[in-house]
Amino acid sequence: MDSATLSSPSLTHLQRLEAESIHILREVVAEAERPVMLYSIGKDSAVMLHLARKAFYPAPPPFPLLHVDTTWKFKAMYELRERSAAAAGMELLVHQNPEAKARGINPFDHGGLHTDLWKTEGLKQALDKYGFDAAFGGARRDEEKSRAKERIFSFRTSTHRWDPKNQRPELWRLYNARKAKGESIRVFPLSNWTELDIWQYILAEGIEIVPLYFAAPRPTVERDGMLLMVDDERFRLQPGEVPVERSIRFRTLGCYPLTGAVESTADTLESVIQEMLLTTTSERQGRAIDHDQAASMEKKKQEGYF
Amino acid sequence: MTAYRPDALIASDISAYLELHQHKSLLRFLTCGSVDDGKSTLIGRLLYDSKQIFEDQLSALEKDSRRVGTQGQAIDFALLVDGLAAEREQGITIDVAYRFFATEKRKFIVADTPGHEQYTRNMVTGASTADLAVILIDARKGLLTQTKRHSYLAHLLGIRHLVLAVNKMDLVDYDQRVFDAIVADYADFARSIDIQAFTPIPISGFRGDNVTTRSEAMPWFTGPVLLDHLETVDVDAEADRAKPFRMPVQWVNRPNLDFRGFAGLVTSGTLRPGDPVRILPSGRTSRVARIVAMGGDRDVAIAGESVTLTLADEVDCSRGDVIAAADAPPQAADQFKATLVWMDPAELLPGRSYWLKLGTQTVSAVVRAPDYAIDVNTMAHGAVKALTLNDIGVAEIATDRPIVFETYADSHDLGGFILIDKLTNATVAAGMLQFALRRAQNVHWQTIEITREAHAQQKNQEPRLLWFTGLSGSGKSTIANLVEKRLHAMGKHSFLLDGDNIRHGLNRDLGFTDQDRVENIRRIGEVAKLMTDAGLIVLTAFISPFRAERALVRSMMPEGEFFEIFIDTPLEVAENRDVKGLYRKARAGQIANFTGISSPYEAPVSPEIHIDTTRTTPEEAAERIVETIMGAWAPIL
Repeated sequence: MDSATLSSPSLTHLQRLEAESIHILREVVAEAERPVMLYSIGKDSAVMLHLARKAFYPAPPPFPLLHVDTTWKFKAMYELRERSAAAAGMELLVHQNPEAKARGINPFDHGGLHTDLWKTEGLKQALDKYGFDAAFGGARRDEEKSRAKERIFSFRTSTHRWDPKNQRPELWRLYNARKAKGESIRVFPLSNWTELDIWQYILAEGIEIVPLYFAAPRPTVERDGMLLMVDDERFRLQPGEVPVERSIRFRTLGCYPLTGAVESTADTLESVIQEMLLTTTSERQGRAIDHDQAASMEKKKQEGYF
Repeated sequence: MTAYRPDALIASDISAYLELHQHKSLLRFLTCGSVDDGKSTLIGRLLYDSKQIFEDQLSALEKDSRRVGTQGQAIDFALLVDGLAAEREQGITIDVAYRFFATEKRKFIVADTPGHEQYTRNMVTGASTADLAVILIDARKGLLTQTKRHSYLAHLLGIRHLVLAVNKMDLVDYDQRVFDAIVADYADFARSIDIQAFTPIPISGFRGDNVTTRSEAMPWFTGPVLLDHLETVDVDAEADRAKPFRMPVQWVNRPNLDFRGFAGLVTSGTLRPGDPVRILPSGRTSRVARIVAMGGDRDVAIAGESVTLTLADEVDCSRGDVIAAADAPPQAADQFKATLVWMDPAELLPGRSYWLKLGTQTVSAVVRAPDYAIDVNTMAHGAVKALTLNDIGVAEIATDRPIVFETYADSHDLGGFILIDKLTNATVAAGMLQFALRRAQNVHWQTIEITREAHAQQKNQEPRLLWFTGLSGSGKSTIANLVEKRLHAMGKHSFLLDGDNIRHGLNRDLGFTDQDRVENIRRIGEVAKLMTDAGLIVLTAFISPFRAERALVRSMMPEGEFFEIFIDTPLEVAENRDVKGLYRKARAGQIANFTGISSPYEAPVSPEIHIDTTRTTPEEAAERIVETIMGAWAPIL
């Protein structure tokens, strides 16, 4: 954000959100022993990484990036991942759950187990392997009802469980980052950002995001009311299914066989924001993961999923 | 029902729309009211009317409303904001939840906090970051105890803007007399607790009257509609900007030898390159060289921004220091009067040491016995020995070194603090500094030329504190006596503190409650510390049942001088010996709070020396202890 001058009477909401997030990032670096930033390559991760670069400039952010990979992300995401880490001058750690790999877990055959093994278990493995005691995540409170009550500093037991009854009160700008050996913290610097804030900030700061957020002709099939992109040859076509080229874009990014696209012609940031504001469904609708059961996010969170 | 009606400007000119929304300000506010006051309904209404509800959310809401809603077939807006599954089933909100909505002028963060008495802690948490509080009253019920409680807490946390939202006006036929009577009642109450101003608004969250649009049913009301008021009221960050510059240093940025930047959030004032600054607590001065930012240096930084600055001179400055305007610096002190809100199921133990975090400073602090507690329902002051969950009290606090502070009234950032339990790491209290005690400001430690090293050197030994702990009758005094005799024979200068010379004198006023036990150990620790300052080898033989107090004494001593010696005798063995007949009396109920019987003993986790008395004679134990401490000795020659 450009410097406030005397002509602007107060900080804008984006400037205040930015200042708060930077404050949180620095507080963790000052108090944790071994922080890491969970990097999912999505737009929220892009904003979080940008904030980290600003927080520690001119030094590179003093922690590595960790991508808990499922091997099923879009190709375009893998490309941006490498470029972003290099631009930030940060070490990039990629973890793929060896058990999921050995068992050939995939989104076509294994449904919920796919997320559970690659992401939930994979994340725990990676945190244990490197001994990270604080992990930044890009979750926002506006994404889902149960997240509205999540603290910015969220404590996990040594077995990575979240206990909603045992979270610390957060007063003023004071965060208590003390923990026992083996415990870890998930820290959410973007807690108070909304989807619109994220987009506005990307626009204002010129942050690079995965091109899949912008509309382009892409090979697709329609399945169970979702528009899926055929990103590589591993996509299993059902009998009678033929990929059709449609102009599509994505509102959220995850594993490509699980992420629904929307038909769109919005190919600039402004038009994407325009479409988002004119749309009538919420952001997470394109994700298969939330529809499993009522209060599903909350259950996943207790088990260690972000 | 249409859920989402986007602004016409979005479709017609997105760039103009984005430009407009790029310059919004941010207001954080808090809603307080009980389960029945319609608080969640009001928030749901604000989200709904400001177009934050999407179609899929609305259809989920309609489904939920029919299943668990409390409004029959009508949409229950409260379900939009109630969160965790267990709470939803109970039908109450039990924690702080944060909601977001925006209008053309502002983005809003709403802290939704519950009205239940046992959740004072949650309301205080929500209030700590709020610029404004909406106090909800049910028009049919008028002022309730909880209205007063919420108002008092909002005022205590220094919220400058209070809105009195008299809700459910539709259920009293939009009657002006009902509203006026409630406002008059509230004005009397507000005056009594020193609330200077408040803004009363008659609303119906359920029907939407005076929430976002002016009510046609209440033409008699000429004040602001709730949303208009929220959009125009001034925010704290603007007020902070007029105060002198302050920036608590969070992190020192040293990518290489040529750059040393100080990173932090500007809590008040304005800063430009060239400005003279003072580093607290050292008091050294310098000038701001640069305000460094990615994309180019800045000309100015204002309150609320996170910045990195460099100084013109090589001055000592690290995390916890405060960089301030050179001509108007804050003070430093180590003793304060403070208001505490207790937030933990484990009660405050006066004399126990906690971590105190204020700004970016973390120090060790001891809370003295509270002067009084405040009843949040009546605001009456009452005497208490300790504070328990959701209690509010006023007490003196002493820190182990001076901290840079301002009163809470002057600065929430340098006057608001939390206390952290040293063992569980829980945030146990929120505190607000009222003022520094004069004796702290005036009494400065004299630089003593005869140092503790000089004392020790004269005695040709290194000071030690041998802290014996164990159950009553475990053999602490017996073994400690043997150790002291051996030390004496070796020409060492020592002193044994035990029940005989402490309980009858220094600590004659203390009993055996948990609080008294804590104070007992604190005093012994202080005396022992002074004696080691004088160069002595000090032996103490007390049950000292709590880990936290032993840890406190350990933390007072230089590294390597404290030896925790666990005289490990199982309860049944000690009880069988029963040298003084105390166990028999305790079992008969003649002694209250007897360690091992009716009061806990927390065994050391990793003592320096562990003596198992079922396998070691007292003589062998003494020999081993002397060997261990002499072996760990680096003799001064």
